[in-house]
Amino acid sequence: MTSAPSPTAGPITVAVIGNPNTGKSTLFTALTGIHSRIGNYPGVTVEKKIGKFQFNDREIRLVDLPGTYSLSPRSLDEMVSVEVLLGRQAEVGKIDVVVCIADASNLERNLYLTSQILDLGLPTVLVLNMWDVAVSRGVTIEAEALSKKLGIGVVPCEAHRHRQIDDVKRAILSAAGQSVIAPPRVFPPEFYEEGLRLQSILKGWGDPDVPFYVAERMLLDVGGQVETSFTARFPAQLPDELNCARERLKANGFRVPSAEAKARYAWVRETLTGVLTTPAERPATRSDRLDQWLTHRTWGLLAFAFIMFAVFQSISTFASPLMSYCEMGQQAVGEFVGSWMAPGPFRSLIVDGVIAGVGGILIFLPQICFLFLFIALLEDCGYMARAAFLMDKLMTKVGLSGKSFVPLMSSFACAIPGIMATRTIENRRDRMVTILVAPLMSCSARFPVYTLMIVAFIPNITWLGGWISLHGILFFGMTFLGAAIAIPIAWLFKKTLFRGETPPFVMELPGYKWPSPHIVLNRVYDRARAFVARAGTLIFATSILIWAASYFPADHSRQYKIEDQIDQMRATVQTELSQQVELEATQKALPESDTAERAVLEQKLADLQPRLEPLNKLIEEKNAISEHLLETSYLGRVGKTIEPVVKPLGWDWRIGVGVLASFPAREVIVSTLGTIYSLGGDVDESHTGLHHALQNSKWQDGRPVYTIPVALSIMVFFALCAQCVSTLMVIRRETNSWKWSLFTFAYMTALAYIGALATFQIGTWITTA
Amino acid sequence: MKTLNDLRQPGQRGEILDVTGDDAVAVRLMEMGLTEGAEIELVGFAPLGDPIEFLIRGYRLSLRKAEAARVTIDVL
Repeated sequence: MTSAPSPTAGPITVAVIGNPNTGKSTLFTALTGIHSRIGNYPGVTVEKKIGKFQFNDREIRLVDLPGTYSLSPRSLDEMVSVEVLLGRQAEVGKIDVVVCIADASNLERNLYLTSQILDLGLPTVLVLNMWDVAVSRGVTIEAEALSKKLGIGVVPCEAHRHRQIDDVKRAILSAAGQSVIAPPRVFPPEFYEEGLRLQSILKGWGDPDVPFYVAERMLLDVGGQVETSFTARFPAQLPDELNCARERLKANGFRVPSAEAKARYAWVRETLTGVLTTPAERPATRSDRLDQWLTHRTWGLLAFAFIMFAVFQSISTFASPLMSYCEMGQQAVGEFVGSWMAPGPFRSLIVDGVIAGVGGILIFLPQICFLFLFIALLEDCGYMARAAFLMDKLMTKVGLSGKSFVPLMSSFACAIPGIMATRTIENRRDRMVTILVAPLMSCSARFPVYTLMIVAFIPNITWLGGWISLHGILFFGMTFLGAAIAIPIAWLFKKTLFRGETPPFVMELPGYKWPSPHIVLNRVYDRARAFVARAGTLIFATSILIWAASYFPADHSRQYKIEDQIDQMRATVQTELSQQVELEATQKALPESDTAERAVLEQKLADLQPRLEPLNKLIEEKNAISEHLLETSYLGRVGKTIEPVVKPLGWDWRIGVGVLASFPAREVIVSTLGTIYSLGGDVDESHTGLHHALQNSKWQDGRPVYTIPVALSIMVFFALCAQCVSTLMVIRRETNSWKWSLFTFAYMTALAYIGALATFQIGTWITTA
Repeated sequence: MKTLNDLRQPGQRGEILDVTGDDAVAVRLMEMGLTEGAEIELVGFAPLGDPIEFLIRGYRLSLRKAEAARVTIDVL
């Protein structure tokens, strides 16, 4: 069966395929390290993932194919795997070996796919992964015997523990040395005769290149992808030919399509006899015991709600202190850099544009990381499938299925992977509706806006000794506002644009497993890197543009003179300034009740004032000038023009401009506000943080701009609006048309405007009535 | 003719006879292992009674009542 590989031979191309939840990704990573290239096959949405590794002086190219239960292609996307395996994908080339990965603890169903793979006639290796789970279930498999029966290499493996990985590599090499194998005869001879007949007929019609596997699929998959694409080429003759062939088979007792499953599972049973032994009573595994609670009618739902709330509360709790540290860091950097430069456009660009802008976003990195961490943990341990199971009934009420639930959950971190995850939804209509409402799930980019508004304007009332806070509740609420609105919208779409029946729900509930730190951290790192990259590019560029638009065309010379004076004067009152900072810090830390200490501190602060008076006056003057310059800049003029449109929402021109600037990427609002308030001088030296600037912002007539209804209306707008060019691009890619991206943009913007309007008007009415 | 929906108590078992229909859903059910002769066990129900969880060929599968109604069985 084996032959030694030639030492000077070229790279071996290996395709990896298997059922979902078999640890395919873990094995792939274990074999290749993290060096894999990800791209797309042309014309379809299937991800192309190729990795490399060396073993015994041979180079091995690993192609990861999407997890699937069967190789019967029902769409163009599913056809890609078949094409790759048949060596018909130009960029991948000929496949030398197929690695079929199976879950040893439920081998029967996994072997269904294996039997289809064997039909391809390629050298194959069967990896029995999750061997330890099988053992813990009392399942025994005679790998040697199975290998003899199948005529291929069979390797037990525990990819998540990095065991027997070298065995897999050796098996791949030894399979590469083989020539093609003879496929097992799963079907009766009549079937193979029809297949050969079909091949020669197609040859007669001008297509001599049809592999036997393709002819097989054409006969077996009624209405499948192969039949569809060949019928498009031979519309007159093929349907009749196929019908006749199928009738003949039916007459012989082989009824397509059900015959395939029966035949293959019979083959599986026969193959596993004497090889696989399962205990008579299935022992209750830890996984089963967990599921007794987590999928329970009542406890399961409660557990779900609790987990969701806990995730968001902890993000909110951990975020605030980390955010303050980052903010102080940002201030320090800004001051340090500024102190090296003379006042002028360049200093302004760096301090007010770049540092205030980009820095304002990087502050939120800890929050983003937490969110991605939680979602990755939930996904990797297997809980997401349970969530889909619990939520299915609710999803059917809007006409979707539990399958839509997981992509929508992922969209809470970021709509982009969420929308890509909709590929698991077979029904086109349901997939479309899921894609269109995915951007409504409050993604992580919205968190900076929520946090900013909540920290600045909502009082932080806590209960249960700090475990639950008003901040946390509001954060949780805003996040789920999008989801709440998505329900009627999805229902509306399914009733109007995408009429159709509720899709079926046939889903495997994989066993729970300890989340693999490697995979989880990798995922978090990937997303964090994407976030920072976005900050470094799109947001950086936008910040510069915004800065330029708010800086020019005004004449800043007078402002610079005053800034110079301020710098000089600061040097003379250094000691007083640091004393003031100290006193204010102590004051902050003091409890409300200690009135005696407070009075003493206030007196000391008042004593400092006369020395600091000239400096403060200069700062005031500078702020007034800066404000005026900002209003006359390009940005300011645009802002003033659109002010009438946003006034009903309670916004002033600055917010209006900020929102406008954040259409490419919603996080930009924080940078834009940072720039606007920094340039306008409101973020001054003695107060840290944009949120202080917001708290002090006022209309012409002295009223504060940001009341609670205004803060809420801003949050509602951001919750519902599509402000993310990247998401719109992904929608275009997944739906293959611009129409749906534009539609998403339009409907969400309209929804956001109305929502913000309603929130502000009703909110103000409630608070003033 | 009894179907999977006739299994009411968690732990009840049945032997599969057939899957009605020839459409994509039927094919999917069969691919997932619901073929003649396979033994299937009821595990439990989701809140509101739908979908339903089963144990078949060593793994857990969840189906809606609508899909379960398509699978004819012999109650064991």
